[in-house]
Amino acid sequence: MEKLFTHLLENYEACVAVVLFVIGLCMLLFDRNLLKKVIGLDIMDTGTFLLLADRGYIAGRSVPIVTDGVTDMANYINPIPAGLVLTGIVVSVSVSALMLSLTVRIYKKYHTLDMDALYLMMSDRRKGGRV
Amino acid sequence: MSFVQNFPFFSIILCLLCAVATFVAGDKWGRRLTIGLLSVSIVLQSCVLWFCASNNTSYAYMMGHYPAPWGNEIAAGIIEPLMALLFSVVLLLSVLGGMDYILKDIPADRRHLYWSMVDLTLVSLLALSYTNDIFTGYVFIEICTIASCALLSAKDTGRTLIASVRYMVFALVGSGLFLIGVIFTYSITGHLLFPQLHETIAALWADGTYRFTMTVAIGLMTAGLAIKSGLFPFHFWMPDTYGRATPASSGILSGVVSKAYILLLIKVIYRAVGIEVFAASGIQSVLLIFGIAGMIVGSVSAIRSKRLTTMVAYSSAAQIGYIYMGLGMGTQAALLAAFLHIFSHALTKPMLFLSASRLADASGGHMDFPSLQGAGHRDVTAGVLFTAGALSMVGVPLFIGFIPKLQFASAAFALTWQKWPVLLALAVSTLLNVLYFLYTAMVLWLPQKDSAAFRPQERRWIASAPAMVLLAIGLVIGIHSAPLTALLQQGFALFCQY
Repeated sequence: MEKLFTHLLENYEACVAVVLFVIGLCMLLFDRNLLKKVIGLDIMDTGTFLLLADRGYIAGRSVPIVTDGVTDMANYINPIPAGLVLTGIVVSVSVSALMLSLTVRIYKKYHTLDMDALYLMMSDRRKGGRV
Repeated sequence: MSFVQNFPFFSIILCLLCAVATFVAGDKWGRRLTIGLLSVSIVLQSCVLWFCASNNTSYAYMMGHYPAPWGNEIAAGIIEPLMALLFSVVLLLSVLGGMDYILKDIPADRRHLYWSMVDLTLVSLLALSYTNDIFTGYVFIEICTIASCALLSAKDTGRTLIASVRYMVFALVGSGLFLIGVIFTYSITGHLLFPQLHETIAALWADGTYRFTMTVAIGLMTAGLAIKSGLFPFHFWMPDTYGRATPASSGILSGVVSKAYILLLIKVIYRAVGIEVFAASGIQSVLLIFGIAGMIVGSVSAIRSKRLTTMVAYSSAAQIGYIYMGLGMGTQAALLAAFLHIFSHALTKPMLFLSASRLADASGGHMDFPSLQGAGHRDVTAGVLFTAGALSMVGVPLFIGFIPKLQFASAAFALTWQKWPVLLALAVSTLLNVLYFLYTAMVLWLPQKDSAAFRPQERRWIASAPAMVLLAIGLVIGIHSAPLTALLQQGFALFCQY
C-alpha cells in the first residue's frame, strides 16, 4: 500500500491528468446540458494533453530551443510530445467549435439545451414514421 | 523510385487543395471539382494498386525531411491502395446516387460546404489507408469525425442536428480513448511509426516488462476505434445517424467511414502491436465476444425497427459485428473473411440507403412498413435494387454477401473452442437476417393497399445508375471472387513487411 502511494505521488501529474480525463468523460457522456458536454470535452482533452506533456518532461532539463550554442541533447526535454500536444490542441479547438455551432443551432430551433427534453420533443413529433 | 509511388502523397495533397478550392468555388463548380477529384482519386489508387500488385512490392514513403524513426511516413502495399480504391469508388457512387437528395435536402447557399466536407472525408479516408504513423492516424480520425458530422448535419432538420450531437459525443469518447492509448504506447516504446512500434512492443512483451500497461494501451486503442465504428454495445447512435441524414451521407457514413476506423484498427493490430501480442493480451477474445453479440443484438434490433432506414442502420451494427468477429478469430483466413465483409458491406449498404429513400418517396415520404407496402410496384428500379441488396446481406449465393459468410464458416473450422460459438452465431445471425430483410422485400412486393393514394414516381433511370453500378460490382465479385481473394492474400504477405 505504501509502495503504491509512493508510486502515485511520484507520478502525480499523470494521476491529475487521468482524473481530469475521467471527469471530462463523465461530463461528456452523462451531463444532460449540451454546453456542459462541450466543457466536459475540453476538460477531457486537457487531461490528455497534460498526460502527453508530462510524458515528454525530463526533470532538470530545459525547453528544446537551442540557447547559448548548447546542442547536446542531454540538456533538453523530449520535443515530440510538445509537438503532438500542439497538433492535438488544433484538433480539439476544431471539434469544440463544431460542437458549439451545433449547440447554437439546436438552441435556436428548440430553445433548450437539455438533451432529455430534446429527445422527448423528438419522440412526440415522430408520428407515422414520417421522414 | 517509380513516379507511381508518389501517387498516395499526391492524392492526399490534391484532396486537401480541392477541399479549400471547393469552399470558394460555389455549388456548381464545387460539385464538379468534387466529382472530378473522386474520379482522379480512383485512377491514382488504381495505378498504385497495379504497381504494387504487379511488382509484388510494398514501400514506405518519407514525409518531410526526417527519416524514420523521427519523421512521418506513409506506406503502401496492396491492402492500402485496394482499400483507398474501394473508399473512392463508394464515395463517388454514393454522391452521384444521392445527388437528387443533396440538391433537395441541402440549401443552395450551403451546398459548397457540403462538397468541401466530402473532399475532407476523402482526404481522411486516404490518409487512414496510407498512414504509417499512429498519431497521424489519430489526427485523421478526428478530421474524419468532423467531416462526417458536417455531412450528417447538412440536412437542416432538428432530428439530424440532435443525431449529429449524439454521433459526435460517441465519436469523441472513442477518439479520447484512442489518444490515451496512443500516449501510453508512446511513453512505453518511444515510437509512433508502426514498424518501430512493432519491434519495440514485441521485445518488451517477450521481456515481460510493462505487460499490464501495454494491455491497457491496446485495450484503450481498440475500444476507441470500436466505439467509433459502432461495435455493440456502442451502436445506439447508428439509427439516428444513418437513418436521418441525406441518403448520400448515410451511404458514405455507413459504407466507408466506419470501415476506415476498422482499417486503422487492423493496422494497429497487425502492424504496430503484432497479432501474437494482441492474442496474448486477451483483447482478441473480447473482440470475438462483442463481435458475436453485435451480430445478434444488431439483428434483433433491426427486427424490432418500425422504420425502413432504422432497420437498415441496425443491420449495419450486425454487419460490423461480423467484421469484429473476424478480427477476434485471429487467423489469416478470418482476416480475409473480415476484409471480404468490408467489401460486401461497403458496396451494399449505400445501395440500400439510396433505394430505401426512393421507396419512401414513392410512399408519400413515409418510412414505416405499412406505408411501404407495394412500394416496389411504384418504383420498380428502387424495389429491385433494395431486394438485391437484401439478398446480398442475407448471404444468398451469387451475391457478394455470400462470399465472406462462406469464408467465416470455413475459417471457423480451424479454431479450437471458438469454433462452435462462431458457427452458431453465423447460423443464428443469418436466420435473423433472413427474417428482417426478406420480410421487408416481401412487404415491398405485396399488392398495393391503396394504389390511388400514391402516384408512381417519375424517375430518370440515370438517377439509379450509381446504385446499379454498386450492384454490378457486387455481383461480379459474388460470381467470381477468386481474383479479389488472391489479391487480398497477396496483400497480407506484404502487409507487415515495411
